[in-house]
Amino acid sequence: MTHSDADLSPATPKKNIVQTLELDLRLLGMIGAFAVLCIGFDLVTGGRFLTPRNIFNLTIQTVSVAIMATGMVFVIVTRHIDLSVGALLATCSAVMAMTQTQFLPNVLGLGLGHPLIPWISIAVGLLVGTLIGAFQGWMVGYLTIPAFIVTLGGLLVWRNVGWYLTSGKTIGPLDPTFQKFGGINGTLGATGSWILGLLAVAGALYGLWNSRRNKIKHGFTVKPLWAEGVLAGIITAAILGFVAILNAYEVPTRKLQRMFEARGEVMPEGFTQSYGIPISVLLLIFIAIVMTILAKRTRLGRYIFATGGNPDAAELSGINTRWLTVKIFALMGALCAISAVVASARLTNHSNDIGTLDELRVIAAAVIGGTALAGGLGTIHGAILGALIMQSLQSGMAMVGVDAPLQNIVVGAVLVLAVLIDIIYRKKTGES
Amino acid sequence: MAKFDINRDQTPLVEMRDICISFGGVHAVDHVSVDLYPGEVVGLLGHNGAGKSTLIKILSGAYQGDSGEILINGQKVEINNPRDARAHKIETIYQTLALADNLDAASNLFLGRELVTSFGLVDDDAMESECRKIMGRLNPNFKKFAEPVSALSGGQRQSVAIARAVYFDARILIMDEPTAALGPHETQMVSELIQQLKAEGIGIFLISHDIHDVMELCDRASVMKNGKLVGTVDVDDVTDDDLLGMIILGKQPGSSGAE
Repeated sequence: MTHSDADLSPATPKKNIVQTLELDLRLLGMIGAFAVLCIGFDLVTGGRFLTPRNIFNLTIQTVSVAIMATGMVFVIVTRHIDLSVGALLATCSAVMAMTQTQFLPNVLGLGLGHPLIPWISIAVGLLVGTLIGAFQGWMVGYLTIPAFIVTLGGLLVWRNVGWYLTSGKTIGPLDPTFQKFGGINGTLGATGSWILGLLAVAGALYGLWNSRRNKIKHGFTVKPLWAEGVLAGIITAAILGFVAILNAYEVPTRKLQRMFEARGEVMPEGFTQSYGIPISVLLLIFIAIVMTILAKRTRLGRYIFATGGNPDAAELSGINTRWLTVKIFALMGALCAISAVVASARLTNHSNDIGTLDELRVIAAAVIGGTALAGGLGTIHGAILGALIMQSLQSGMAMVGVDAPLQNIVVGAVLVLAVLIDIIYRKKTGES
Repeated sequence: MAKFDINRDQTPLVEMRDICISFGGVHAVDHVSVDLYPGEVVGLLGHNGAGKSTLIKILSGAYQGDSGEILINGQKVEINNPRDARAHKIETIYQTLALADNLDAASNLFLGRELVTSFGLVDDDAMESECRKIMGRLNPNFKKFAEPVSALSGGQRQSVAIARAVYFDARILIMDEPTAALGPHETQMVSELIQQLKAEGIGIFLISHDIHDVMELCDRASVMKNGKLVGTVDVDDVTDDDLLGMIILGKQPGSSGAE
């Protein structure tokens, strides 16, 4: 076995800076596109787009779709699709709204405002979302009905189950603790955000160091130390910069005055308070980390990508691809339920049309984020960035004053264009 | 070519007895019995659709036979899925190579049997390290550890598939057209590997279309036609034409009779 096909590249070509830092070119491209978009809107709106206030709003508007997009990555990577996510969100939202406003206070007699109400409601919502997702996954995996059909049916079914449960009425106001997951009603404040930011920096630096140590232990070549330093610097700056921006958004003085009045106090002169990181964004970051670990560092994730790359190979390697499908759709359902918490809490009530067209936004976010519909390729951070790009485009155009129909036309065109660019990029770099 | 001494008095490594499987009324495999001894290479020959791949997929757990039994080292075993087959140290190198193109060599090597850290997370560094060790033995020129296997040449892909079978200490190796997609150079590499594995006492079923491959690499050949076993012969006792006659006409060498 000594004379197999020789490696023809004579010497390692001189590495450029991107290769030395081991950065993902596609990710850089997306970040670049996002930056151009933001700066462009900021110039056109005369500096109104990149204000702390607008960035705060953008992030909390993105959370619901971004959470679902992380799950959609797994669904699309295994060559399936889920068209029912918006409808499933509506059903979960309806179930949670009814649980906290009708069932628990009246039927079980806990009374409105009982401290357990929000948590029981969220648990019920998660259970319902997971079960519905698992049921759809079972139909796809074991009954071999195409996912497109199962979830297209699901779109109609779950949208109207939600309607039926609430008789089409808006249910609210939701529990005050529950509302904290919505965004502006639940933030960490300046100090809390800084502490969290520093913890995140510490965690990221430990991760970098640990990975380097492992590679050295196995005798692999590692990046030069200066490259690690640059990477650590970029990560630190990004995390602390994000915290600084969100902390720069201060609670309006009038609102603070009313808060003090409600407590029977007088607001001190010159008192200010920052919003800081919203709990919903924290939730998204937590989910992003968990989903990334799931994708890259667990057997489940490995099997998801292997099945997407070659279903037969996965099967022959002893992977139970049917059961895997159930798990993926159950996970998608659970994420829909979490999104339902965020979306309904942001609106402070459950409305009948909640989550309408979200399936398209979620799929678009995943696809713009580099998830290939042919399966096998996709990243969690890409999907979140995709969701952020979509949301920025939409709110930016609204801010500029583009008419609603034109906004949707542009978003649709951008989706197709993004996929075209991705196809051209893959051809150029020789990826199939 | 030097043949290793194969002692056929001992218990066979594998015995497949009276195996049947049908798909929608078609008898893909019809009462077929084959066996395999340690250190032996048995060729399975036949036309497309003769049933050789189907027979072997019953052994590798991809299909479940309708009737018949499988004995490993004389013990009757149940093989219901690929995991069962692996538990009996049966490894298969499929014609289509069965690699996930989007994953790197190490991930493919360990697919379904990942090494994990104490936290239960997959240990990519440890797997890459193991992968480098075994590839260093099988194909020292192999350098593309970071790329997805879609970026590899046919020979490199083949060495990943072979590494997967060898790494996990296969006792029984099934090779389905291992040289079909390879150039002469790479075919040579595979035949050297087969000699090496024989010397270690591993039994190999080699499915092939190519009579010359079989004459060169195998000790015995079992020929199938239309789902039935035509016969099993010692390759030293027959000529290319005898084998051709078995494949095409389904007739036993030396006999002039029909089926």
